[in-house]
Amino acid sequence: MRRFTFHRLWAIVLKEFIQMRRDRVTFGMMVGIPLLQLMLFGFAINSDPRHLPTALRLGDQGPYVRTFVAALRQSDYFAITREAATEAEAARLLQRGEVQFVINIPEDFTRRLLRGERPTILLEADATDPAATGPAVAAARVLAGNVFDRDLQGPLVALRGRPGPVDLQVHAHYNPENITQYNIVPGLMGVVLTMTMVVITALAITRERERGTMENLLATPVRPAEVMVGKIIPYIIVGYIQVTLILVAARFLFQVPMVGSLPLIYGVAFLFITASLAVGVTFSTLARNQLQAVQMAFFFFLPSILLSGFMFPFRGMPEWAQWIGSILPLTHFLRIVRGIMLKGSDFSDIAPELWPLLLFLAVAMTIGVKRYRQTLD
Amino acid sequence: MTGELAIDVAGVTKRFGAKTVVNQVDLQVRRGEIYGFLGPNGSGKTTFIRMLCGLLTPDAGRGTCLGFDVLTQQAEIKRQVGYMTQRFSYYEDLSIRENLDFIARIYAVPNRRDAVERSLERLGLANRSHQLAGQLSGGWKQRLALAASLIHAPQLLLLDEPTAGVDPKARREFWDEIHGLAATGLTVLITTHYMDEAERCHRLAYLAYGNLLARGTVAEVVASAQLTTWIVRGPDLPTLAAALRGRPGVEQVVAFGNTLHVSGRDAAQLEASVAAARTDRHTWTRGQAGLEDVFIGLMDAAQDNFA
Repeated sequence: MRRFTFHRLWAIVLKEFIQMRRDRVTFGMMVGIPLLQLMLFGFAINSDPRHLPTALRLGDQGPYVRTFVAALRQSDYFAITREAATEAEAARLLQRGEVQFVINIPEDFTRRLLRGERPTILLEADATDPAATGPAVAAARVLAGNVFDRDLQGPLVALRGRPGPVDLQVHAHYNPENITQYNIVPGLMGVVLTMTMVVITALAITRERERGTMENLLATPVRPAEVMVGKIIPYIIVGYIQVTLILVAARFLFQVPMVGSLPLIYGVAFLFITASLAVGVTFSTLARNQLQAVQMAFFFFLPSILLSGFMFPFRGMPEWAQWIGSILPLTHFLRIVRGIMLKGSDFSDIAPELWPLLLFLAVAMTIGVKRYRQTLD
Repeated sequence: MTGELAIDVAGVTKRFGAKTVVNQVDLQVRRGEIYGFLGPNGSGKTTFIRMLCGLLTPDAGRGTCLGFDVLTQQAEIKRQVGYMTQRFSYYEDLSIRENLDFIARIYAVPNRRDAVERSLERLGLANRSHQLAGQLSGGWKQRLALAASLIHAPQLLLLDEPTAGVDPKARREFWDEIHGLAATGLTVLITTHYMDEAERCHRLAYLAYGNLLARGTVAEVVASAQLTTWIVRGPDLPTLAAALRGRPGVEQVVAFGNTLHVSGRDAAQLEASVAAARTDRHTWTRGQAGLEDVFIGLMDAAQDNFA
């Protein structure tokens, strides 16, 4: 009897398979998670981002400048999306994150080039995410060295080769030393909040139903809205403790600069926390048990972390992945927090990122509340 | 508000999808009465109770619970009703005191601390008040659930299989408590599968597959069933049972220890079948049908109707 027997083993294996098949969500996860990971890692993520939006501020329209601009386009790294007339306008585009780069060509570029005076091309980069700008800057350097070779004929041949006909200056804004932590640590705030807010709320409400305590609660005069809000408030407070913890660690442990307004961060955090909680509530109404709740939360968490621009440059992803990323609240929250902390963005700067967040919040809340109501009757 | 009837509903119906779980149920329960609610598993007892306490809205029907309309005044009803669910549904990770305190807060019980203290005292939970509810045995959990459902001094107590899995002594104490509460004017509606508990109720209703099949006192229910029962003693009862089953008039053949209960509603037919099977090896006596025989008879009949 004490021997290991095949038929007993087989009985367990069979039972396990039957249960696996019955639990639709778990089964879905087993197929869904690998597929999702394949899609995300295989197609969406690209550590060599190309087609980065670039603004031009041209003081000179000469043929050499046109050659340079054409070469930029050819390189695939730069997508010329804007023209900035003034320095202020260029600065604003960078500040709002509408462009990744601004290329400044001085007024007397052609004249000084022909004279062999090595005119300066100023490449201003939004370096909050060093990974996003690195390859493009490297490409620009190579370009500046040899793009004019074909145009430099006759007596100008001498300008070819080192040190090159032009002087490419790179100005890395917001994170001049290319410190990765500057980018990661503010981003972590959103990631930690997503993880805790979605998972914990989904769990807290599902647990109440799984253990039967919800039925008891609803037989009392307590109103469904009171249950919901009452369950959420403690987690909002937890969320704020997390925000504070990360801000303190960012400042004193990682020396991340805090350029912008702290109250603004706390204000936006409220929106983000609420949006995450609403997602958690929605999951809790779909999940039949706590395991399913965790699995669903994971299904939300995975794309959030991979497609939001937290781990990999947002602009490196193909359009469909950017589109999905743009739906996720983390994407916008990341930009807002990085903007406030590193760039000193004010309310008007973050406004474009605010409305998608609000839209998501409204939709998630509506679905969450509606589903929550349905589960009662 | 101070009417004679605590519960007075008619035509109460609840459907889940195409399935009618509670079908046109009329029920009147007097104040201070212990009303037993019986029926097989899945017969709609829990659903009916949930409709009474405002957890579910009936699809059809009307009536009052404690004088409040069951369709429109659910909030008022909830304030006056104590509901003890089938499964222990308080917080296992809160202590006894914390659970009681929580429920007292929800109901906004006046002098909350005193109310919690009195409740602990009365149920003999005072010296265990800091124990986590999850660590309690089945009997103690049941006491806690009862204490919690009484903390706001309700006028109606709805108990859904409160004694399932509780040992006989704890069950008896529980019933003594219920009778004590009823004596003070509390109305109790209780579901159970135990026949001895059914007999401790003032009146009963029997629900099967959503239909109310019988109601009244124990004696009335037994009498209305018009069931004739023969009690057989002797050797080799299983063989006799097999021989009797399926004979005309024989509706139930049930072994009770060393006796066999043979019953049917048609006394004459049953008599004929019994006469045919009767030998000197067994002693045959005309007996009184028990509540269980009656209920099983009702259930079989109800199944026939559904087929």
